[in-house]
Amino acid sequence: MQKKDAKKAQRLSIIPGLGQFYNGQTIKGVLFIIILLAFIAQLAFGGINAFANLVTLGSVSMQDNSLFMMIYGTLQILITILFIIFWIANMYDAKHVAQLLNNGKKVSHTFKELGANLVGGGFAYLLTIPAYILMIFAIVFPVLVTLLMAFTNYDFAHIPPAMLLDWVGFKNFTSMFFLSGYRSTFNAVFGWTVIWTVCATTLQIIIGIATAVIANQNFIKGKRFFGVIFLLPWAIPAFVSIMSFSNIFNDSAGAINVQVIGLWNTLVPFAHIAPIHWMTDTFWTKVAIIMIQGWLGFPYIYVMITGILQAIPEDLYEAATLDGATVMQKFNRITLPTIFAIAAPIFVTQYTFNFNNFSMIYLFNQGGPGDVGANAGGTDILISWIYKLTTGTSPQYSLAAAVTLIISVLVIGISLIVFKKTHAFEMGD
Amino acid sequence: MENATAAPKNVNSKQNSARRHRFWKEFFTYLYMVVLAIIIIYPVLITFITAFKDANVQAFVLDFGGKWTLANFKALFTTTLYGSWYLNTMIISISCMVIQVIVVTLAGYVYSRYRFAGKKFSLTFFIVIQMVPTMAALTAYYVLANMLNALDHYWFLTAIYIGGGIPQNTWLMKGYFDNVPYDLDESAKLDGAGNFKIFWSIVLPLVKPMIAVQALWAFMSPVQDYLMAKFLLTSESHYTVAVGLQTFINNAQNQQVVLFSAGAILVALPIACLFFYLQRFFVSGLLAGGSKG
Repeated sequence: MQKKDAKKAQRLSIIPGLGQFYNGQTIKGVLFIIILLAFIAQLAFGGINAFANLVTLGSVSMQDNSLFMMIYGTLQILITILFIIFWIANMYDAKHVAQLLNNGKKVSHTFKELGANLVGGGFAYLLTIPAYILMIFAIVFPVLVTLLMAFTNYDFAHIPPAMLLDWVGFKNFTSMFFLSGYRSTFNAVFGWTVIWTVCATTLQIIIGIATAVIANQNFIKGKRFFGVIFLLPWAIPAFVSIMSFSNIFNDSAGAINVQVIGLWNTLVPFAHIAPIHWMTDTFWTKVAIIMIQGWLGFPYIYVMITGILQAIPEDLYEAATLDGATVMQKFNRITLPTIFAIAAPIFVTQYTFNFNNFSMIYLFNQGGPGDVGANAGGTDILISWIYKLTTGTSPQYSLAAAVTLIISVLVIGISLIVFKKTHAFEMGD
Repeated sequence: MENATAAPKNVNSKQNSARRHRFWKEFFTYLYMVVLAIIIIYPVLITFITAFKDANVQAFVLDFGGKWTLANFKALFTTTLYGSWYLNTMIISISCMVIQVIVVTLAGYVYSRYRFAGKKFSLTFFIVIQMVPTMAALTAYYVLANMLNALDHYWFLTAIYIGGGIPQNTWLMKGYFDNVPYDLDESAKLDGAGNFKIFWSIVLPLVKPMIAVQALWAFMSPVQDYLMAKFLLTSESHYTVAVGLQTFINNAQNQQVVLFSAGAILVALPIACLFFYLQRFFVSGLLAGGSKG
């Protein structure tokens, strides 16, 4: 049999289908050429136009809707990306099949064989298609649109179709970092976001680990009873708990000021405490929010850590005891390292979760009290600021999109670094 | 709490100090657990009890006295839109649950069992995409909904919930499928079972616990969400429970805490029961599934 030139097959497939013809797979070649022609036709009858509109964002107000043009443009970008992926796969396929032929392997030539091949090997692709369609619709597409929006002037003064949008480059980012009004808001909100994330999550983790270690001791009676109680904050939907706490911390009628502090003042009259302004003093709102998140979030950590603790072999501790190790030594040298080795990715996801924990901030006190400018309240974090920028009386959509981009880059960057470090990427085949 | 009451008479001091040590250890252990339990139960109990209180309750505190009534529950369904909110939440959550579990189970199975070109690439895509804080892309959803005429419609919201949950849950599901021994598939294949048969009658029954957990997760994410529902549902009768309940208490001048508490119980109780019923599957599932929870 004549040897096929794999490189040549690949080069021929720069025009999809040609390489497949060269390999003798006529049906496949025809299919690929049809896909190529379909893409070219799509470009000619709308695609080129969509790209052009994406560049200009329309020229006649009331007639051209810049937003819709942006969305069609994004769709066109997606279609083009998919075609490029197909194009690369097609060249790879031509090379791969040529090599198979050279090694005397069988490849599919007829329609029937191609069909059978699809059902066997293509089974995998077929079953994952729904997942991809939904993810593209719900994640990839909106994120791409947001990415584009961050570079326009879309705000309350420019609402299509009455007005046209324009590309403004990095103006939203520069105004956030250098324009005094926005810069001070951004710094305040970002600073509190970081403090909030670190304090609340660390508190969660500390209570979670402590509870797991303490409640996991052998002598404890009523483990099941305590187990159920400790899980309650996780079992009850968070929004219900947060709204309840927002009532409980009410300045005038809440249980903390009326009952808890009242009880304290009766029991310990010499250390009198005045009612605290939980809802009207920014500092105390922050304290309350962090404590409540500790309450809400520790059970998840507690359950995970308990699972890990029970997997540590008992003889490890016994051997350490024989060697004369103290309780603290055993905790520091055996328990903690094991926990961190397994649970590090879980901890990271908790940090990123709290970084974007909208419900906790907004449902407790709607980001208030106080005002740090540009719609943001004293306890707003970036995500709730985005919400306010978008829903306020004078919405700043493009600025909100820019903040979204900053959040995404931060969260993804940090997660990637940690996952890489903890080897969460290593996946078995 | 046991202490050293039954101490034998002639114990030496070393044993005595060990006993004392044990006593304090147990004392502080139970103290920690009891205090923590009180801190957890106190706010829960307040909300629970307030639901049965008279409408003119003065403070949101733990108070067993006063008249107990079921009037709040009646008022909830006759004077407010709570019934529709509940129904809306159910429609959205159940559709999300059914579709997401099917999609995720299929995808997780494929990623666990098949080798195909682009597998590594697409798995990395799943990991990265699950880190995207999708709810931050609010404006994009809004514009998209406007264009598709989907504002205030459930299908749009449901599709966002499903799509948003797919990456991390597929990853979890794959991890669980990985724990089912491959030998089972192999021997079934030798017996002449096809792809579908292996999946349906060999592997699937073994991952039922994880599917139960996935179902609970997929059901819960729409129930829990406030941001998207508030943003994309515009008419009050279309609200979900989370958005609706908030309207009872967000007006500082006219807070209806008794109605809020009654509504809170009706949504929290069934969910908490489901949670405890499925709880034994969580840890193994989540730890086996790797990084994400």
